[in-house]
Amino acid sequence: MTKLHKLSGRFLGLIIASGLSATASAQMTINGAGATFPYPIYSKWFDEYAKVDPSVRFNYQSIGSGGGQKQIIAQTVDFGASDGPMSDENLAKAPGKILHIPTVAGADVVTYNLPGSPALKFDADAITGIFLGQIKKWNDPKIAALNAGASLPDQEIVVVHRSDGSGTTYIWTDYLSKISAEWKQKVGTNTSVNWPTGLGGKGNEGVAGQVKQTPGAIGYVELIYAIQNKMPYADVKNSAGKFVKPSVESITAAMATAQIPEDFRFSMTNAPGNDSYPIAGATWLLVYEQQKDAAKGKKLVEFLKWALTKGEDMAKNLDYAPLPADLRERVLKRVDEIKM
Amino acid sequence: MPIAVAPERPAVRSTIDRMAPPSGLGDKVFKWFTLAMALAVVALVFLVGWQLARGSSLAIHRFGFHFLATSTWDPVAEQFGALPFIYGTAVSSLIALIIAVPLSIATAVYLTELAPLWIRQPIVSLIEMLAAIPSVILGLWGIFVMIPWLRDHPFPFLKKIFGWTPFFSGPIYGVSMLAGGIIIAVMILPIITSVSREILRSVPNLQREAAYALGATRWEVTRIAVLSYAKKGLFGAVILGLGRALGETMAVTMVIGNTPQIRASLFAPGYTLASVIANEFTEATTDVYLQALFEIGLVLFGITILANLLAQLLLKTMGSTIKSGAVQ
Amino acid sequence: MKNSHLWRKTKSALASAASFVCALLVIAPLALVFLHLLRSGASAVNWSFFTELPKPVGVAGGGMVNAIAGSFELLGLAALVGVPVGVFGGVYLAEYGTVRGNWLLRFVADVLNGVPSIIWGVVVYGLVVLRFKSFSAYAGGLALGFIMIPLIMRTTEEVLLLVPAGYREASLALGISRWKTIVHIVMKTAIKGIVTAILLALARVAGETAPLLFTAFGNRFWNHDLSEPIAALPLQIFSYAISPYDDWHRQAWAGALVLVVMIFFVNILVRFLTRERVARVL
Repeated sequence: MTKLHKLSGRFLGLIIASGLSATASAQMTINGAGATFPYPIYSKWFDEYAKVDPSVRFNYQSIGSGGGQKQIIAQTVDFGASDGPMSDENLAKAPGKILHIPTVAGADVVTYNLPGSPALKFDADAITGIFLGQIKKWNDPKIAALNAGASLPDQEIVVVHRSDGSGTTYIWTDYLSKISAEWKQKVGTNTSVNWPTGLGGKGNEGVAGQVKQTPGAIGYVELIYAIQNKMPYADVKNSAGKFVKPSVESITAAMATAQIPEDFRFSMTNAPGNDSYPIAGATWLLVYEQQKDAAKGKKLVEFLKWALTKGEDMAKNLDYAPLPADLRERVLKRVDEIKM
Repeated sequence: MPIAVAPERPAVRSTIDRMAPPSGLGDKVFKWFTLAMALAVVALVFLVGWQLARGSSLAIHRFGFHFLATSTWDPVAEQFGALPFIYGTAVSSLIALIIAVPLSIATAVYLTELAPLWIRQPIVSLIEMLAAIPSVILGLWGIFVMIPWLRDHPFPFLKKIFGWTPFFSGPIYGVSMLAGGIIIAVMILPIITSVSREILRSVPNLQREAAYALGATRWEVTRIAVLSYAKKGLFGAVILGLGRALGETMAVTMVIGNTPQIRASLFAPGYTLASVIANEFTEATTDVYLQALFEIGLVLFGITILANLLAQLLLKTMGSTIKSGAVQ
Repeated sequence: MKNSHLWRKTKSALASAASFVCALLVIAPLALVFLHLLRSGASAVNWSFFTELPKPVGVAGGGMVNAIAGSFELLGLAALVGVPVGVFGGVYLAEYGTVRGNWLLRFVADVLNGVPSIIWGVVVYGLVVLRFKSFSAYAGGLALGFIMIPLIMRTTEEVLLLVPAGYREASLALGISRWKTIVHIVMKTAIKGIVTAILLALARVAGETAPLLFTAFGNRFWNHDLSEPIAALPLQIFSYAISPYDDWHRQAWAGALVLVVMIFFVNILVRFLTRERVARVL
């Protein structure tokens, strides 16, 4: 036993030492946590920014938007990130004023599994009907009327929704609540809701997987997931009565026409304008207006300015919608007001 | 000592106690040290219980016992009831045990008593290695490989044969309570197998030799000398598996369908307590909502206690019907 | 016929065959998962996987060296907590205590074993992270260590109980003190079982994601301070597995593959090291 003790002790020492010896020289680390949706682009930004300013490392972990909000309130991180704006109630819990910095936007797309993957169109009625469980078959007249050319089978519709709390669900239910009084009254808007029908999949991956695996399934996922998984996604009728294909352009168009208040806590679902895709939403970084640590605060502001200019230009390649130019200007001005 | 296996153990213990009453300083220090370590589990239970209770006090106050008896889970209206999750946890764990226990104990028997020597160690290492697969990976495998296969082959077959019972009726989506139970079974197979094997291996060879000397066949030796000797230890292994089954989260969430409903059909989607915590904890932002999730944690804690109590009770009745000497 | 030798022989053969089939059934799903990992991840397991930091999306290659080292550091910290408490707690259960008291302790340990791992993350978050206002490797190690305790304790107890009483009696009869008997005779005899218990517990926590999310937190870079957030293989696998990109999926599968193979090697290594010292039963 004692021999084993010595042995395991030596083993542990070795492990810990090997971890420590490989570390680089001391650097400032700025920690952030929150939304999963922007994780790819944020990690890209932070890797690129390490080349711009090697004296600072940004470490971002995707623990969920709710987690991001909680951590920034608890001050366990230097910045938070969220797919939905913080509520007044939560802002009041924070020890200081929290600024919302919109960074990029994304869209929820309607994806489905039908033989031949026909291109489909949906409007508000069809989508709410399906997700309320009132439209049960693919050849329902409400769907058929919108898709004259497509061959719709006499097949049960299997609804797949997110089971985990998510910004994706928030955008989806926010849209449905805006276009349907019945949805608003029966279900409402939240990161998770009491679904009237359907199966729950965990994460965008889970929903994409279930839709792919289940004939007759319909679900909503982030645009990037539909593109990367090569899944079909539908055009959706916007508030101007036009059918719009979800794309980086139609999301930015929606952001350009959306009403954006001074604190940048805005919803851009069902935005006006001919080119606006109606089921879209922005994602935010959350930072304290009054920074506790002057050195970190300075680096954070420098980074934010870089992200809102150089960083925004990288968004499109990763299928994220960048902010429209005038919104960028407004946000940059606000970043300048961060106090050290 | 309920899980003690040798029938004569209590007597032996008292013999040992008589032979060497803890006397010297070293003995005292060692005994108190091990006691302190053992008491750590009590401290941990209080820690967990206290954190959960503190986190859910508001919800407990607001929903009372209705929380356990209602089925609505509506974060928007802030109405929360845990019944479908309780049901889902119980059923999925039960399915998992029904599948995993016979398989793993038989495997353990094979590995200790029957398999050729050279093959034993590789299989054991393999099984232990697979215990390390992150459950999110297992879950993704479940969705992309296991579910389509289950949906196309075993499920329709089950429906054809047992479709007349309520348990195997209704539409087949693939994701379902049964799929959840199966993935939990996969997850608890390694732990039950490894612990059972360790138990069987520790059965003194004298037991086997005695039985062989009486002319018993290999199986009779296993059954009479080994299995009955190690029965209580094996039960301990099953309990460890049950504990893991109840708390299993990520992989189950991927395949169970996450629908808070109570259906007799095992083909229908379900939901478990651990899954709803994993699904919604990171995104819940309002106080009542978070508190309700903490209360779910508390309920799961309660269920675990109940399940273990039940298991102990079973063990007691089982022990009394077999006259292996009242170990309790 | 029923009691004839032939019938008993046949029954024995049947039982052997049945248990062999069961063993195959246990290996089957597990082997399938492993094959799937191989197919999806093996192509991303190369030299740079073990030597480089993660690359941003769109840049091919990159590795998880920081996460591999981080996982070992976390497991080391977890073992510092879980092994002494678990093993010596198990000793108490097997060698001391009263019937009733031990029943209770055992019961409590079994209950703990069923606490979902995410709850442990939340508990340690409240205990450590909120208090020190910082995610850290210590917090992650503590969470994993807590999970290991009941597992190691119960398995250790089971294997110690199966050491024949005669060993203890013989040692005590020679005038060796009780505690020395336990350490040098009982624990030494059962060392392989104890090591298995520790390994099982390590294998179980090595793949845990949920308890690390709110404690160790993760890190895309090197960490040089255990009181700072640290990378862990399961966390890195998790954020890659749920991403939309094929490149990252491959990395996730590769990470999982490396994780299980690492456990395999640790397993083999420890078994090799403890091989000689055991009075083998078979």
